[in-house]
Amino acid sequence: MIRFDNVTKRYPDGTVAVDSLDLTAETGKITVFVGPSGCGKTTSLRMINRMIEPTQGSIWLDDRDTSTIATHELRRRIGYVIQHAGLFPHRTIVDNVATVPLLLGTDRKKARSDAMDLLERVGLDRGFAKRYPAQLSGGQQQRVGVARALAADPPVMLMDEPFSAVDPVVREQLQDEFLRLQDDLGKTIVFVTHDIDEAIKLGDRIAVLRVGGHLAQLATPADLLARPADAFVAGFVGRDRGYRALGFSEGHELPHHEEPTVRMGETAPAASEAAEWLLAVDGEAHPQGWINVEQTAGREVTEELLYRGGTLATQGGSLRAALDACLSSPSGRGVVVDENHRLLGSAQLDEVVQLIKSEPGPAGADGDTGTGTGTQGTSGATAAVLQKGPA
Amino acid sequence: MSGFANEVSSSPLSFWSYFMDHRSADLQLLWSHTWLSVVPVVLGLVIALPLGWLSNRFSWSYPPIMTVSGLLYTIPSIALFVLIPPLLHLDQLSELQVPIALTVYSVALLVRVVADGLGSVSEDTRQAATAIGFTPLARLLKVDLPIAVPVITAGLRVAVVSNVSIVAIAGTIGFQNLGNLFTTGYQLSSGTSPYYPPIVLGLVLCVILALALDALVILAGRGLTPWRRAARG
Repeated sequence: MIRFDNVTKRYPDGTVAVDSLDLTAETGKITVFVGPSGCGKTTSLRMINRMIEPTQGSIWLDDRDTSTIATHELRRRIGYVIQHAGLFPHRTIVDNVATVPLLLGTDRKKARSDAMDLLERVGLDRGFAKRYPAQLSGGQQQRVGVARALAADPPVMLMDEPFSAVDPVVREQLQDEFLRLQDDLGKTIVFVTHDIDEAIKLGDRIAVLRVGGHLAQLATPADLLARPADAFVAGFVGRDRGYRALGFSEGHELPHHEEPTVRMGETAPAASEAAEWLLAVDGEAHPQGWINVEQTAGREVTEELLYRGGTLATQGGSLRAALDACLSSPSGRGVVVDENHRLLGSAQLDEVVQLIKSEPGPAGADGDTGTGTGTQGTSGATAAVLQKGPA
Repeated sequence: MSGFANEVSSSPLSFWSYFMDHRSADLQLLWSHTWLSVVPVVLGLVIALPLGWLSNRFSWSYPPIMTVSGLLYTIPSIALFVLIPPLLHLDQLSELQVPIALTVYSVALLVRVVADGLGSVSEDTRQAATAIGFTPLARLLKVDLPIAVPVITAGLRVAVVSNVSIVAIAGTIGFQNLGNLFTTGYQLSSGTSPYYPPIVLGLVLCVILALALDALVILAGRGLTPWRRAARG
């Protein structure tokens, strides 16, 4: 547990970076500090390992006041990951990872073999061990940065915009792997980002800070979306709050109906014999895409004929995924699959909307205001935008 | 000596036979020239490291330290050789005055190089090192200095080569090194017939020495920075 007790950071020129911050980051959870630049989120993070000393107040690590621990001792017990990884360019990857254990006096051989295991754990091949940081891509360097922070198995990790400098695809991979790793490790993590979507994806709890270092709201992602404390938080959390909040509503039994299918490689039926859109599946009932029967009648169903724009809703998954499956499907019917991605059937948009309406709280309320007029029209228009025909 | 000179050619190209005739004396000069070129650079580096660290660590100290070291370097070498004994209460022809003067020049060159080398460590690396729990001294020795090696090496190359040439100037005021060969050549020349071989020999040996020391510094630098080659490869 990390506890900020009335912490203020005031610079000699009078600027207040953090103002009377009271906050607890719970053990084993990810607490995200988010806010616009100048909100003091990085300053707050750096006060935890005393890279910056508070002007006033104290920060507690479990039951110890951090100001009573020698800085280098404190820091060796806290993993630290920064935006550009900050690897040591003159050391091999394995020695970068082994840095803290070596500082703590672990014998070199053991430190290195542990470091090798960690490399695998963060998704890097052991073959990288003898290379130098400059030989790795940004994403790979960031993985090494995470491995280095984990090497001494610290109970606490501080992460300062660790995924901001990599491209969106790699960022998403790193985020997913980070969550998977955290499931195993259960570290107490404080994570700084300016990206509210990243905060919502990663955080167990989110602290929204406003310029001048005031805590505006501390809440779970679902609460933050549903009940922003004030206009600033609402504005910062941004658009689509109702829709995004559906992402936290999981475990529903989605209604679904049998959906006629055609197998890949088979001949598409004549237009008169089927609905306008027909779902194509592979030999194991995994949905592949939709075919437009009028255009494909009598032809063999091949990859080129498929409309792949539709998303899939997993049974028991979020209402957001279910709604999106309906909206993105050219037929207007959302494809529902089981955990193994096998087809269960399809759901109608209004059925999903009914399910959303039955939800208690603001998510349901938001759903209510958003529907009721022209569901068919919405579905059709979205389909037209999302789908691009083979022409 | 002059009778001997009449027997051999005074052509610039006959420096080789001059060398073979005076081999042991010339090698002695080369040897002392080498020492006088190398030792002050090593001492200069030892003194420049803390000064360079200081001017990198405390940015207010950078301009004055750089100005003073720049000024030191502008003092003509002969003047410095002459000034050092009275300033340090040494004999007028002390063995130490040349190495001390050369050390001053080396410090003047290397302070800037050390400061800029330490400054070349990226802010991310610096911050990570501190956040990971390096003490300030451990960070300097294990992170900052190793990363500064390429910049410092570049400075050492300049310092060692310029020392080879300044040492030769000390030879012209009587100290034993390759500079003596120039004086000898000058003394053996008479009005209309210059005597070139020792002068050319001095030049050739100075150039060879400078190239050899430069190569040694490059090799040492490469040995200390395997990471730079890997990054390029």
